[in-house]
Amino acid sequence: MRVGVVDRPAGDRRRREEPAPAGGAPLFELRDVGKTFGSGTVALEGLDFAVGRHAFVSLLGPSGCGKSTVLRLIAGLLRPSRGRILWHRRISRGDIGFVFQEPTLMPWATVFDNVWLPLRLQGRGRREAGEEVERALAMVGLSEFARAYPRELSGGMKMRASIARALVTRPKLLLMDEPFAALDEITRFKLNNELLNLWAKENWTVVFVTHSVYESVYLSERILVMAARPGRITGEIPIPVPHPRDEAFRLSPTYTEACRRVSAELRRAMGE
Amino acid sequence: MAVALDSDSPEIRPAAGEEDRPDPRLELLVRIFGPLALLVVVVGGWELLVRINEIPPYILPGPLLVVQSLLDNWPSLWPSLLVTLRITFLALAVAVVGGVGLAVLFSLSRWIELSLFPLAVVLQVTPVVAIAPLILIYVDNITLALLICAWIVAFFPILSNTALGLASADHNLRDLFELYGASRWQQLLHLRLPSALPYFLGGLRIAGGLALIGAIVAEFAAGTGGTGSGLAFRILEAGWRLEIPRMFAALLLISLAGILIFLAFTLLQHLLLRRWHASATLRER
Repeated sequence: MRVGVVDRPAGDRRRREEPAPAGGAPLFELRDVGKTFGSGTVALEGLDFAVGRHAFVSLLGPSGCGKSTVLRLIAGLLRPSRGRILWHRRISRGDIGFVFQEPTLMPWATVFDNVWLPLRLQGRGRREAGEEVERALAMVGLSEFARAYPRELSGGMKMRASIARALVTRPKLLLMDEPFAALDEITRFKLNNELLNLWAKENWTVVFVTHSVYESVYLSERILVMAARPGRITGEIPIPVPHPRDEAFRLSPTYTEACRRVSAELRRAMGE
Repeated sequence: MAVALDSDSPEIRPAAGEEDRPDPRLELLVRIFGPLALLVVVVGGWELLVRINEIPPYILPGPLLVVQSLLDNWPSLWPSLLVTLRITFLALAVAVVGGVGLAVLFSLSRWIELSLFPLAVVLQVTPVVAIAPLILIYVDNITLALLICAWIVAFFPILSNTALGLASADHNLRDLFELYGASRWQQLLHLRLPSALPYFLGGLRIAGGLALIGAIVAEFAAGTGGTGSGLAFRILEAGWRLEIPRMFAALLLISLAGILIFLAFTLLQHLLLRRWHASATLRER
């Protein structure tokens, strides 16, 4: 089977034919990707992994190991200094949703206008986009708050609005950069469950960056453990527990055992 | 023992809590009557000082005499005020268009910013009193000359504040705009300009007062030429005729105009920012 491959998500410029690697249908893969910043800092080195369609993959590592940089490379916000990112299906504007660590909402705009933004930038008017915006707001349970301003919302609600904005274009790939790190544990658990429910329904591919062992085990099918200086992937741990997962999973021995293994791998990555 | 229990009892606590929270009506009273009381004391002291020491009005007129003079000279002072205000607002309008336009240009091109900003600083640090006579020599039309002088002082705060505001758009939001393939124009319209609004309004509040000062200073410079009928000219005229109360009346009118301009822009700032900006919203306690 031959699949069309695009170099960069944003670019329809160069297209090449590449054979798909064996074992499932990947959405994209990183081949020997490295990133060196202008200051000479080697942020990432030798990244080699593929992410399958509809997969939930976590990047887990200590702060400063370049997790966010990986996301930004995948999003096309940064260009790799070495290696390539291969896409196994055409990705165009709006196929990638990005959720930042902070809610990153425009304070001068209502929740509705914030969620409308990606569609607005594609030239779709308020009325025309209205239905899609309502749908995204309903998915995160914010329909009642469409006319509120960000400063009137709690931290968890701001994050929901931010997620709705990422979902409004019906993305194929969702990149999430420690989205729940600043939230309290109760809200985080709640949003974890809602994210899993939505993921099961909507068939996105999710790449989720976190520094929490527990969060990564609860959410993902596969965890890539990263080490710092230079940022690299030191281990890969599958979590072969079928979805849907719920609070019972959090209390199960399987969960504890997985957390123990991931923690051990993380400690090894950090050189302890 | 009984006393210690009493001070901790729940009956007392709500009262203490209420004392902490400022009553909004009380705050309003303080805001209005505080400055008003101070004004009455100062003006009353001034009037007393003049009366007790029997200071002649051509040295220092009392406030009552100044107000009397303001009313008596209203037919000549009012049109002058309008002339000065016209220059002020025209200069301010040009400063807003020029300042914001240039700031936008700076945000689009680093080259333009690097080459033009030093020039703007030179304009700002040169005292307008010093250039006003030159401008009056080079520019034939007096109104235009006055306008240029007022514009020079009003333009810089708007330029520098707006430029800062345009550059301070959130970095993650910029990434987001890039991710969705926003054009430069879209980024300017939907991200940079709204980010710059609070900064711009702050600059406008400063520029409003400065434009008035610039207009007055330029009128002073032009007034020696014998033309123009702005408030500054009325002050000069009153000075030549030793009509000191009338001089004070014109001065009072200038101050009142300055205060009104400041209040108007403060109100504008409040109306535009109250829904979202931290500066305009009440802190929840």
